Amino acid sequence: MRDSINFLLAGVGGQGTILASDVLVNVGLAAGLQAKQAEVHGMSQRGGSVTSYVRWGRTVHSPLVGAGEVDVFLAFEKAEALRNLCQLRMGALALVNLAAIEPVTVTSGGQSYPDDATLHQKIAEVTAQVVYVDGEAIAQSLGNIRAANVVLLGALSALMEREGLSGDELSADTWLKVIIGRVPPKYAELNRQAFEQGRQAVEREV
Amino acid sequence: MIKMLSGDEAVARGAWEAGVVVASAYPGTPSTEILEDLVHYPNVYTEWAPNEKVAVDVAIGAAYAGKRGLAAMKHVGLNVAADSFMYASMTGMEAGLVIVTADDPAMHSSQNEQDNRTFAKFGRVPCLEPSDSQEAKDLTIAAFGLSERFDTPVLLRLTTRICHSTSAVELGERVEPASSEPKPFPRNPSKYVMVPGNAVKRHPVIEQRMRDVAAFAETFPYNHVEMDDTSLGIITCGVAYQYAKEVFPHASILHLGMTWPIPDQMIRKFAASVKRLIVIEELDPFLEEAIRLMGIEVEGKSIFPLMGELDPRVVREAAIQAGLLPANQHVALPEVEVGPLPARPPVLCPGCPHRGVFYVLNKLKVPVNGDIGCYTLGLIPPLSAIHSCGCMGASIAVAHGAAKAGSPEHHVAVIGDSTFFHTGIPALINTVYNQSPVITIIMDNRVTGMTGHQQNPGTGFTLQGKPTTVIELEPLVRSLGIRHVKTVPAYNVEEIESTLKEYIKQDEPAVLITLEPCVLLPEVRKRWVPLEVLSDQCNGCALCFRIGCPAILKSDELDARLQRPKALIDATLCTGCEVCAQLCPRDAITFRPVEMEEV
Repeated sequence: MRDSINFLLAGVGGQGTILASDVLVNVGLAAGLQAKQAEVHGMSQRGGSVTSYVRWGRTVHSPLVGAGEVDVFLAFEKAEALRNLCQLRMGALALVNLAAIEPVTVTSGGQSYPDDATLHQKIAEVTAQVVYVDGEAIAQSLGNIRAANVVLLGALSALMEREGLSGDELSADTWLKVIIGRVPPKYAELNRQAFEQGRQAVEREV
Repeated sequence: MIKMLSGDEAVARGAWEAGVVVASAYPGTPSTEILEDLVHYPNVYTEWAPNEKVAVDVAIGAAYAGKRGLAAMKHVGLNVAADSFMYASMTGMEAGLVIVTADDPAMHSSQNEQDNRTFAKFGRVPCLEPSDSQEAKDLTIAAFGLSERFDTPVLLRLTTRICHSTSAVELGERVEPASSEPKPFPRNPSKYVMVPGNAVKRHPVIEQRMRDVAAFAETFPYNHVEMDDTSLGIITCGVAYQYAKEVFPHASILHLGMTWPIPDQMIRKFAASVKRLIVIEELDPFLEEAIRLMGIEVEGKSIFPLMGELDPRVVREAAIQAGLLPANQHVALPEVEVGPLPARPPVLCPGCPHRGVFYVLNKLKVPVNGDIGCYTLGLIPPLSAIHSCGCMGASIAVAHGAAKAGSPEHHVAVIGDSTFFHTGIPALINTVYNQSPVITIIMDNRVTGMTGHQQNPGTGFTLQGKPTTVIELEPLVRSLGIRHVKTVPAYNVEEIESTLKEYIKQDEPAVLITLEPCVLLPEVRKRWVPLEVLSDQCNGCALCFRIGCPAILKSDELDARLQRPKALIDATLCTGCEVCAQLCPRDAITFRPVEMEEV
């Protein structure tokens, strides 16, 4: 595994971004690393931008990651993917969820939502290492759209393995154990499936 | 055992391990989770108080009675509690008293970014500052010890980045208080009754106390030096210590876990051992000025920002600018111009019971004095219906003051149920006593919403979830002598409008209570049935867009005659509150047929 990895998770309030980063920081700890997490969420319960930093490393001091130093980017929503693009290191690994959540500035304020062509083009300017996943569609096929964040964690785990960022000591089982420990018992099976489906979505891509 | 804890959770753990017996707080970001976590530990009494002054008085009472007490609040809460904080410094107490202030550099969810270390200096109280979750736990324990050793309250200063960041903490066991029997309350009026004759004798005591704490600070284990390259010496505290370690891996560092009073000898020795001395601290030049007053040459705010939150990039770029680091350490940002992106401001949730009220207020074009809570978001377009908002409990008195100043319009104050209990009640009493025609709208969503659903005196439950007396708003308001009081369901737009129009004609204080539980409460969520737009009846008139509901979207379909986009409702977001349906002039919004699926 690399000496240190800086993650940025970005999404919209209500998407499960904070839960996902909570899982991620605990996966780092379970892998025997030092890990820290720091989140920023806005003033409303729903609908505001949410960002969360997670850091893994042999030694981790700052819980915050400076702009331009994000190694792994997990975007839960397309406009938030673009909004946070300048935080990335050139060539960072990016996993982008294909959800679009239009803010009220679009629905009632006359601002426009970026189109997919812009999204792909701008991300390509920063990194070629990008994977797009429709987490909501996969979660919906499992019967619960709220599991989309765990689909993305599954995808992230497979992606990090593929890019050699996880090392041998960090297995998919470690991720899954942390996830199952974090969700209510009655949703354990759903989350296990969501995680697996997320992994397969990335494995199919190769 | 090692566990990942946020700073807030670590403070709760530390308080529990330290044998705290009573803890009281009013929820406030970023401090809320301290009591939310502490409630799960055994042998501690925890509560939500109606405001921070009450919380501090409760903790003081426990400490007078010989049991360790803690009060927690966000930074501005200490302004409310300042009176109590100052007398507690004068009296001291019988058992440890810790007051937690969670400052908010960058104002992620606050009206200012005051640096509360100044309160410690002002009140002659020691201040401890953790730099990660482990220290948050350790310094909470140390704070109780210091408090008892020096007969003083201790201020534990956190910041948002400490409260809401997660790092590993080694868990310990609780050390139970020496005696579980309640001590007799002290009969010591010369110490505990601050009439002038007694207070005059206490002042020299607390001044001497701070000299004693300063001497102790020289050996306090959480003030420590990490000597390395002596060309640069950094004095730092809190989360800024982490940024200093990150950006200057080889510099010599004096890390202060106690930022008031500061260890004079330690600082002099450190300053003498390095070539260039700088301070890295968030917000005010608090340490910097104290060190300069010692006659030591030091740089701080001439290099690093005075405003906002630091992070490794901010520290690094400022250091490069000041010649402390070579320019090649600059980290380039990706060269990408993403173009205009739609802003995503915080917004009232879909189905929020406050939305209809603000729609009406905007329509009536009245000046609206707002308060602190989710409902402050009524200021954001398209609702645009809040014209002032200062601090908790300000709305009603600001409206009254404006009315008394001859403001020609009829003023409306909006305040939430929890905020009304916090500091709204005395202000409402004032409108009756001093007679102004202020219309107070108590937006009663049956919970403390913005901080994440904490109980309050109106919910009927304590912090532990135990049933308790419900303080009913309408009889309370009537008992103050207000004659015009009406409770209206918050989703009934028409009745809200007609009631307000009626109140505006009157020349005396009136109260409208708009009642509907917060739509995110679990018991409310169960009955969500989403709405839909009947496309052939919608002509794109855009009236429903004006309520700023995130669930109402513009459809791709245009109205054939007017060429305007029709409305579309996102079923996954819609809660079926029907406010949009009430406004639709063409009855184009109706309940979606319920699908026969497992919910």
